[in-house]
Amino acid sequence: MTAAQYLPDFAYIVAIALFILSLSWLSSPATARRGVLAGEIGAALAVITTFFNPELVQFKWIVIALAGGAAIGIPLGMVPMTAVPQRTAMSHAFGALAAALIGISEYYIQIPNISKFEMMEIALEVIIGSLSFTGSLVAAGKLQELLPQRPIVYRGQNYVSLSVLGLAGALALILIFHPAHTVCFLFMVVISLVFGVLLVTPIGGADMPTVISLLNSYVGFTAALLGFVLNAKVLVVAGALDGASGFILSVIMCRAMNRSFTNVMFGAFGQLQVSTAGATEERTVRSATPEEAASILEAANSVMIVPGYGMAVAQAQHKVREFYDVLTKRGIDVRFAIHPVAGRMPGHMNVLLAEADVPYDRLIEMEDANSEFPQVDVALVIGANDVTNPAARHDKSSPIYGMPILEVDKARTVMVIKRGMSPGFAGIENELYYLDKTLMIFGDAKGVVGSLVRELTGGHEH
Amino acid sequence: MTSEMISNLYVFVLAGFVGFEVIRRVSPLLHTPLMALTNALDAIVVVAAIIIAGRRGTALSAILGSIAVAAAFSNMVGGFLITDRMVRMFKLSGRGRQKP
Repeated sequence: MTAAQYLPDFAYIVAIALFILSLSWLSSPATARRGVLAGEIGAALAVITTFFNPELVQFKWIVIALAGGAAIGIPLGMVPMTAVPQRTAMSHAFGALAAALIGISEYYIQIPNISKFEMMEIALEVIIGSLSFTGSLVAAGKLQELLPQRPIVYRGQNYVSLSVLGLAGALALILIFHPAHTVCFLFMVVISLVFGVLLVTPIGGADMPTVISLLNSYVGFTAALLGFVLNAKVLVVAGALDGASGFILSVIMCRAMNRSFTNVMFGAFGQLQVSTAGATEERTVRSATPEEAASILEAANSVMIVPGYGMAVAQAQHKVREFYDVLTKRGIDVRFAIHPVAGRMPGHMNVLLAEADVPYDRLIEMEDANSEFPQVDVALVIGANDVTNPAARHDKSSPIYGMPILEVDKARTVMVIKRGMSPGFAGIENELYYLDKTLMIFGDAKGVVGSLVRELTGGHEH
Repeated sequence: MTSEMISNLYVFVLAGFVGFEVIRRVSPLLHTPLMALTNALDAIVVVAAIIIAGRRGTALSAILGSIAVAAAFSNMVGGFLITDRMVRMFKLSGRGRQKP
């Protein structure tokens, strides 16, 4: 053994250190770009080092595959910010696909000389990789609205899904004792692919932040397991980092909805509560025109904007920025209260507003926003619904009871921009809309904010 | 149980804790770029795919390996690209901001 033989390992260790630095520099926007650069250098170092691996005998297909990967990756890296949730789901799918395929080919290379532990690692890796692949594809389909966003459920669904998973587990068990059963192996792969579809199909659009985070952690742990299979520590570390990240985000998302993992995965929110909607018919709402709303806004000292998925759907973020500019120019203090599950993935609202050039020091987290609301003159809700429902605080019969909300009802005046009176994802009436201090401004988010900007600039567009 | 598996387990547990501590500090502002960046870092499986695709082996492993190289590398390229685009968008308020 000479020192030169360990050179690749040193390169991988440097890559790992750069990955950890990369993530720690991502902790704040000021150092985030440096973090991306560190990650890029680490990844490039690892890839280049691998090219000098003496086991490699042909390069043609590798180069073609790398070119193909770049040809897919570059457009996926250039998507608009509104498409980032589905892009993320697609990249989970690609990551899971790569890991599953490597596991599958490793199985075929190693049989029949394969120990029980190795087989266990491979089976687990291939099962999780395959189900994450199809699960992520379904998630991407829902986010792209190729598939319906509402939960698709049927009676006994959870039993069917769990039996399918059980079957995959049973096949894995057979393989551990009889690794050469290639038919068993193929069947296990197919069953796992089917389970991924069954797992994500029943989950509704509003639960996507949690599902995307969970799939993220599955993909990470698949890569780590692959590291075990191949005895490649660089994969173990990168996979553990990715898995930990997805896991932390899932926990944050679940907490922000006051729900458990099992409830998200098997709960199919939104089916049971539709029946309660009838009781609210005689209640009245106060509606206002953009003109009336603008005159109230002019008199305000502080405005808190609460953006939600509706803002993303209407692509209203740039109009919202104009609105922010107009109010700020008048000396009004404008900030944005961001609920952790607003939008379709963690941090979705922040990137949309940052894209529209809203300074990030104007974006406030839920806890801080809630201590501010009692001093706020106007809370303006744009395309958010359930995360503002005061029923979460006091109505024990409400399905969102206990969910942390943005307490917009504590502001002096509440304005809600909404298309109509339809309930949110959980099918729950929002009692915020019936408060005396609430003004409903009906219309498309982009259109209404545009009219507000026009009113506030006195009709003189520049 | 092999000694390799045990040493991998050490690495996994330690890396998991490091990841937990580091990622806990990431501002919620940056949770979307975080997910894009960890996807790009996770795409390091491309190094395993390159070896599977390029070493002496069966046609099957060359094909599966090549597909895996393409899938993982698309994540690496796309992930870094979009993370960089996103983090560049985050700006503080104050002087010097210009309309594009």
